[in-house]
Amino acid sequence: MAEIQAERTAAPPPVVFSERSRLVEGVRAYGLIVAMWLRSTMAYRASFVMTTVGNFVSTAFDFVTIMLMFAHVDVLGGFTLPEVALLYGTSATAFGLADLVLGSMDRLGRRVRDGTLDTLLVRPVPVLAQVAADRFALRRLGRITQGLLVLGYALVTLDIAWTPVKVLMLPMMVLSGAAIFGAVFVVGAAFQFYAQDASEVQNAFTYGGTTMLQYPPTVFAKDLVRGVTFVVPLAFVSWLPALYVLGRDYPLDLPRWVAGLPPVVAAGCWVLAGLAWRVGLRSYRSTGS
Amino acid sequence: MDDMDFIELDGVEKVFDVRRKTGFMRRERREVRAVDGISFRVPRGEMVGYIGPNGAGKSTTIKMLTGILTPSGGRLRVAGIDPSRERTKLAHRIGVVFGQRTTLWWDLPLRDSYRLMHRMYRIPDSRYRENLDRCVELLDLGALLEVPVRQLSLGQRMRGDIAAALLHDPEVLYLDEPTIGLDVISKAKVREFLRDLNAERSTTVLLTTHDLTDIEQLCKRVMVIDHGRLVYDGALAGLHEVGESERTLVVDLERELPPIELGSEPSVRVVKVEGPRQWLAFPASASAAPLVARIAAGYPLVDLSVREPDIESVIAKMYVSDPAL
Ligand SMILES: Nc1ncnc2c1ncn2[C@@H]1O[C@H](COP(=O)(O)OP(=O)(O)OP(=O)(O)O)[C@@H](O)[C@H]1O
Ligand SMILES: [Mg+2]
Repeated sequence: MAEIQAERTAAPPPVVFSERSRLVEGVRAYGLIVAMWLRSTMAYRASFVMTTVGNFVSTAFDFVTIMLMFAHVDVLGGFTLPEVALLYGTSATAFGLADLVLGSMDRLGRRVRDGTLDTLLVRPVPVLAQVAADRFALRRLGRITQGLLVLGYALVTLDIAWTPVKVLMLPMMVLSGAAIFGAVFVVGAAFQFYAQDASEVQNAFTYGGTTMLQYPPTVFAKDLVRGVTFVVPLAFVSWLPALYVLGRDYPLDLPRWVAGLPPVVAAGCWVLAGLAWRVGLRSYRSTGS
Repeated sequence: MDDMDFIELDGVEKVFDVRRKTGFMRRERREVRAVDGISFRVPRGEMVGYIGPNGAGKSTTIKMLTGILTPSGGRLRVAGIDPSRERTKLAHRIGVVFGQRTTLWWDLPLRDSYRLMHRMYRIPDSRYRENLDRCVELLDLGALLEVPVRQLSLGQRMRGDIAAALLHDPEVLYLDEPTIGLDVISKAKVREFLRDLNAERSTTVLLTTHDLTDIEQLCKRVMVIDHGRLVYDGALAGLHEVGESERTLVVDLERELPPIELGSEPSVRVVKVEGPRQWLAFPASASAAPLVARIAAGYPLVDLSVREPDIESVIAKMYVSDPAL
């Protein structure tokens, strides 16, 4: 009897599928695919270094533009260069993180149009993870690097009365900001199920949004600021928490405590993004050939 | 679910809403009934051919069986699972090969794609090794493992895809035109591989193709679909009766003569005359012997041969005689 038992356990185990939460499955699959792309990227180390440097330089031009402006003026919309650098550094880093993790999703539209999404649907892992991890581009570290450098410059030159809340505010705003941008990427991807060039619209919100956040809110029209606060809540990425850290006035007479809202806003954005994605994926109908 | 109803379809439909621009801001809506009420059962371990003309609804059926598309109506189960509702759960149990497109990662060497499948499907290491070695040997992939998929030829890629679909020991394998564009040797290799797979592992196989040799060599059962409807489901041999097929008797006479006349035999007719050689068509169900005897009695017969009906023309006839047209 005992022998039979032993033999049973020695036999090759069948492929067991257990109902793991889709999130865990998705993150795991994302990691697997990313690891594979990293391995293949690293096979061409020289090319990786070059594209990363290229990414760094091209994104750093944004800050060079701001520095050139400050060559002519001392303040921009009432903000000094180090203050603007704090806005810039936090939003650029947050956006860079989202772009690194989810930036590949703008290729979804093509997959929908030519029907190659079919092949992702027959695999046992969430499609979102597969689309996001596809051709993971580590060169996007370039953008994060320049964001962090500018952020570092701001922290060194700014004269801030640090409190524990202000210190915590920094990692919180970068991570929540990345999550908010990430949700915008996912919503943009969901729209690509309907309109294949929706990625252009999405770029207006992501790339356009991050450029806007690099400047103080005081230089923009009130309606625009209202839009990025209440409609596409990008103001929570960096403006509001950064203004809190700087001890400056908020736009639109918002109360002080909204600086603590980014994690909540990010969570809300992801719920909406998840729904939008689900609806989009359900509408997928493949192609005739 | 028992093994007899491993794949179950009851009145399955798929309607596509096609919108076409007919002018500025004007759109015309049209319904395409790609699959129009199909019912069949496939028992576990069977190998079935699924054939039909272009646009018949074969690929659409396969996409519903994999969960890529949600049926517009009817009931569909694979291994007791509703594919479109539990797509990822089903994915562990099925393998899919699309002849038209690859499931492999385009820019990566074959081996990397396989490695990723290994982790993604959580295939136990020993099973993975064993399955990969077997596929590499039988499908001749040894020299291709380090080549990026985009550099593979069509036939090489197809073999790579078939291997990828089988690493996780699927219970059912769907093949949508797996021999498209393959040369004779590759086709033979793929067919032999599939036959062994079905025989040794009793993997259920559903195969679409436009090459009827695939069906003749692999499938005892064949389903014919046209305009989204099943028009035949049964043994390959039975197609001849349904399709009213004819055999051909080729006779060589001593010299050039007018077409052979067999007055009392209306079902026999001369279809071609070329010098002393004549072709006579007669019903596939009739015996050739009495016919030969009668010709030999009345004509100077030198040689003769009987040609079996060409399955391709049988099916072609079936497509056009479809009442749905
Ligand atoms: N995604 C889609 N959108 C609109 N119509 C579609 C779609 N997919 C298929 N069709 C239509 O449905 C019908 C069946 O197509 P399907 O691809 O299933 O045919 P098939 O039998 O696989 O043909 P083939 O032998 O050419 O591959 C066709 O009329 C096709 O135009
Ligand atoms: Mg097809």
